[in-house]
Amino acid sequence: MKSKAKEPAQKLHRNDTIYSRIFDVFNVIFLIAVAFLTISPFLYVIACSFATEQEILTRAFFLIPHTFQIESYKYIFSSATLPRAFLNTLFITITGTLLAMFLTVTLAYSLSKKRLAGRSLILSLISFTLVFSGGMIPTFLVIKGLHMIDTFAALIIPGALSTWNLIVVKNFFEGLPMELEEAAKIDGASDLTILGRIALPLSKPVLATFSLFYAVGYWNSYTSALLYINDMKKWTLQIMLRQIIMLANGVIDGSEFDELATRPPAESIQMAVIVFGTLPILLVYPLLQKHFTKGVIVGAVKG
Amino acid sequence: MAKQKAPGIPAMSNKQTLMHRIKMDKWLYIIMIPGLIHYVLFKYAPMWGVLIAFKDYNPYTGFFDSTWVGMKHFVQFFSSSNFSKLFINTLWISLLNIVLAFPAPILLALLINELRMQRLKKAIQTCVYIPHFLSWVIVASLTYTIFSSTGIINRMLESLGLESVKFLTSTNMFRPMIIGQSIWKGAGWGTIVFLAAMSGVDLQLYEAAIVDGAGRFRQTWHITLPAIRSTVIIMLILRMGDVLDTGFEQIFLMSNALNRSVSEVFDTYVYTLGITQGSYSQATAVGLFKSLIGIILIFGSNALAKRAGESGIF
Repeated sequence: MKSKAKEPAQKLHRNDTIYSRIFDVFNVIFLIAVAFLTISPFLYVIACSFATEQEILTRAFFLIPHTFQIESYKYIFSSATLPRAFLNTLFITITGTLLAMFLTVTLAYSLSKKRLAGRSLILSLISFTLVFSGGMIPTFLVIKGLHMIDTFAALIIPGALSTWNLIVVKNFFEGLPMELEEAAKIDGASDLTILGRIALPLSKPVLATFSLFYAVGYWNSYTSALLYINDMKKWTLQIMLRQIIMLANGVIDGSEFDELATRPPAESIQMAVIVFGTLPILLVYPLLQKHFTKGVIVGAVKG
Repeated sequence: MAKQKAPGIPAMSNKQTLMHRIKMDKWLYIIMIPGLIHYVLFKYAPMWGVLIAFKDYNPYTGFFDSTWVGMKHFVQFFSSSNFSKLFINTLWISLLNIVLAFPAPILLALLINELRMQRLKKAIQTCVYIPHFLSWVIVASLTYTIFSSTGIINRMLESLGLESVKFLTSTNMFRPMIIGQSIWKGAGWGTIVFLAAMSGVDLQLYEAAIVDGAGRFRQTWHITLPAIRSTVIIMLILRMGDVLDTGFEQIFLMSNALNRSVSEVFDTYVYTLGITQGSYSQATAVGLFKSLIGIILIFGSNALAKRAGESGIF
């Protein structure tokens, strides 16, 4: 894979015209600019979260504050609400990811066995959910009917199975060598043993990737908490974040617009809150990146 | 009698082998149960639940005992003044997304593919993938802090002697901001699929093209673009299914009282009508209308693609 990617680079050196070189220079400059523009809002917000109020309001774009302060972070951790929202979200993310992986692996493994009677019917019923869904209100009513409103279960269980992920994991299991399974079968191993002892150890990278995908999904999810949670004690970080930013901008819940309603939190606190909500994602990002480029995602589209 | 019995015998043995096969795979069936229950509860039960679009759903009488009203909610919705506003707002955002945000990752992938330095390529990819993993709340929060009236962009405009722009509240700025966000968040991640398709191109094609004296632009035009064509078409078909699906979170998070006239789309209207006002049946009707158009468009564009000789997705 790696050597294949390098070959075109060597190939292109063969037809070096002056135009081709000029294009290369512009292309490199343009793409560096794009990359910088993509991450600059982020770098700026991180810088601001450590800067003083005065500096944020007087200086233009900067990446390193003149005077360094961590007051805004102290403020965040001293309040009761934000650490609680953080812990709520952490709990939802961990239990949700475990449940999601359990449901995805068990269903995907069974559906990866082509001999299974009823397999194609189940697969087409599952694929149908990709083009048609009940939508927001019927789903809300089902959750309500199951008495899950204002429980963490409403934030964990409904999102615990993504059809895209299921299909990719199923395709991966299909690609595992059959010989090992047959040998184990002859030795009298059950399907459960084969899944636990052979299939899962062979799929560690895939399991890692999808665990991370699910975890990011849970961490980032906003709509489910918006719909199903009224109790402030059960608010998630994303809801909290939204509330703080809206308060600061005088737009509460997107419905009121009164700049004098509440004293907005200082700029640097807003910035610190944003950093706080993103940091875990940025921490797992390198782990994620190691796997997702290896064609896992591409399998989803081609499958 | 005998004639009727004859086909019965193989059916019997079929049944036996089927039972036998199910018994052999009993563990596979057992471990499927939790996942299947999940589908029934959270995917198929809501699908069944869309029937309340044809009823006057009342939480106290429940799903089964609410009275049937036929197409009442649909007729009401189509004849309301809201309908055309929502339709236009939704279509505008979708159209801009297809015209501007859809090609962005293709262009970006083409340019990234031309990079010779592998390290730089990796570094750029690392940067542009990041926003995909940020939540819409974070994206909207970043937008609010950076583009607010006291935010850095407006301060920069003022220091240049220009007038400040109400990015967040003006109706003219709503659509550009949404499209900008979509591109910022999605363009980088969108390149993955296209870059993968490009890496699958047979290198001999490029070599042959160079021998024939084709420059880099012509190589791109005649080799790279045709190579990613089917990927582009598949992505476009999938995108077509979402024409009325503008993405609830992004729009909801960016809308406020001052830009409501352009920011209210089907998705946010379903929320307002159903969750805020509790008109479950009307909101479900709106949602169902949206889903049905989505299905028609996805199957329609798939059929068109097939007629044009492409493979399509079904």
